[in-house]
Amino acid sequence: MALLELKDVTRHYEVKTGLIDRVFRGKPIRKIKAVESLNMVLNENEVVGIAGESGCGKSTTCMIIAGLLQPSSGEVLYQGKRVDQFNTQDQRWYRHQVQMIFQDPYESLNPRFRIFDTVAEGPRALRLWPESEIASKVESMLGSVGLEPGKYGDRYPHELSGGERQRVVIASALVMEPRMVIADEPLSMLDVSIRAGILELLKDLAKKRHFSCLYVSHDLSILGHIADRLMIMYLGQAVEIGPTTEVIQKPQHPYTKALISAVPVPDPRIKRGIPKISGDITRPIDPPPGCRFTPRCPYANHTCSENFLKLDSVQKTNHLAACHRLDVVSHESEMTSMV
Amino acid sequence: MSQSPRLEVRNLSVRYQTRGGEVHAVNQVSFDVFPNEVFGIAGESGCGKSTLIRALMRLLPENGVSDADLIQYEGQSLDRMSEKKFREQVLWSKIALVPQSAMNSLNPVYRVGDQIIEAIRNHTSQEKHEARSRVEELFDVVGLESDLMDSYPHEFSGGMRQRAMIAMSLALDPGLIIMDEPTTGLDVLVQERILRRIREIRSHIASSIILITHDIAVIAEMSDRIAVMYGGRIMEQAQSEDLFDTPCHPYTLGLKNAFPSIQKLGQELVSIPGSPPSLLGKQTGCPFEARCPFSIDQCVTEIPKIESLGKNHEVFCFRNTDAPQMREQATSMSTWHSSN
Repeated sequence: MALLELKDVTRHYEVKTGLIDRVFRGKPIRKIKAVESLNMVLNENEVVGIAGESGCGKSTTCMIIAGLLQPSSGEVLYQGKRVDQFNTQDQRWYRHQVQMIFQDPYESLNPRFRIFDTVAEGPRALRLWPESEIASKVESMLGSVGLEPGKYGDRYPHELSGGERQRVVIASALVMEPRMVIADEPLSMLDVSIRAGILELLKDLAKKRHFSCLYVSHDLSILGHIADRLMIMYLGQAVEIGPTTEVIQKPQHPYTKALISAVPVPDPRIKRGIPKISGDITRPIDPPPGCRFTPRCPYANHTCSENFLKLDSVQKTNHLAACHRLDVVSHESEMTSMV
Repeated sequence: MSQSPRLEVRNLSVRYQTRGGEVHAVNQVSFDVFPNEVFGIAGESGCGKSTLIRALMRLLPENGVSDADLIQYEGQSLDRMSEKKFREQVLWSKIALVPQSAMNSLNPVYRVGDQIIEAIRNHTSQEKHEARSRVEELFDVVGLESDLMDSYPHEFSGGMRQRAMIAMSLALDPGLIIMDEPTTGLDVLVQERILRRIREIRSHIASSIILITHDIAVIAEMSDRIAVMYGGRIMEQAQSEDLFDTPCHPYTLGLKNAFPSIQKLGQELVSIPGSPPSLLGKQTGCPFEARCPFSIDQCVTEIPKIESLGKNHEVFCFRNTDAPQMREQATSMSTWHSSN
């Protein structure tokens, strides 16, 4: 059963135009279309990765799902209920069910809170359990993220390394016993040698504690190691979704192809192909109605700039790409692979 | 390699005086950079790679002291050169630096082109229009439209600013360009394009490049030779193929197995337990000893010597003869986490 469902979720930001510009020069209010008609499903016990470059709308999507931002239109359904129509009690329940892990472990911990109190803060605020039970849950949680409670509980964040801090951040999200965790680039601030430890920890805990995870990152190598399914976004539009290995090994959308061929490989003998892409990423201010990748796409024709294909994937096994020219794209890559 | 090196560094050490004591940020580092090669320095935060570069470029803060047996650029000694002479004769014209966070290194109130023109005119006797046409050329080399010269830095994207900084470093045809984390913080596609430009520059302009980064994949792709740094020392140094095929130092083994590859989905990743050492005070043993699953008693009490394994492959480890076994064991997470 789907735990979370996004239906046509759209979020626009207005770009501030000065009063004089608006009234006297008649300049219209411009809109940044950060997320456009996004459809996706997160099933129980599933890790879905969202990948894309900066400005593709992945963080906005996270904020909308977490209830920190309202969508301009569309619906977010959690266990079949609309998140924006929650009453106060439902909201409390939702904040218990859904937790976020943030990017920067150096800024997401209160420097004046001891580690124990940091982790206990969530359950205390929502009065989930009596204090004695909170204490035992916090201790076992600290243990399962690899921080000995007796040793770390009384310390302050400045006494911990980056990796240890990120473990605290994970512990304070998971102590709430969430059904769904939203992780926004949780590894990007950490050193390479300890990243794998945190990644394995998250993977392991997701299995043991039965939560679903939405993992957002720009790093496809990391997503390849954690996600069951992968969604690729470009300037607010979902361009491809499917099982991770299929998306990475047999990408269909021209953008996904370019993105994957640009990822460096830690092996000096492997030579990558040159990504087929032109120009630079723009900001999605008043974009044309069609596919936003059109200006950079080597395969685009007039249909592409006029019509946008929405991705609508319900089934886990579905591998879909939002492209009008899939036949041409796949035909050409077959030709090149034969040569 | 029969060619004589463009840059030779022997036993470079850097110490910082702090209130807590002396920080030994770089210890006894020796390496050569040959003409027309990319020399990669890999290492995590706090390993001393940026300090090493600051020492070479004489950009150490006041509390930093460097000391070396030899620093030579094409046979000319740099460590005994006066500050003034270094600035006039070496900086930019022979050795140029693309600093870390180059994106924020441009002056926001000057046009980008003017900043490069100013740099050129400070070091040469070129007229303004000559310098301007030189900047046009440089913009072309790094793939920026020449009409962007009259834009301000805030009108540039991160990748464009990085390319502008690379253009500036090329201005006086230096023989050696040092790039400190040139693509960190950029998106994959932008990074790809900059790396491709760097490769083109190397083959067209015959500069040597020192590339510093924590990203093992970037370094693997770009470098001819690689040095791996940890705790202020070079742990291992080799041709990049050799370093990836037959890594010998436990730290290199750990790093290599910790880095996920998009081409090997589902491969087991390891993480190295613990955190980097404090560099306060004099080292008495191998700095990696505390995190190393293969350490022996000798590693605590004695500083290893740099052993040559032939073919320019050097390793800083007592157990270098056990490398084949270590290589096998290091791929499994249990090796790294059972010993402590």
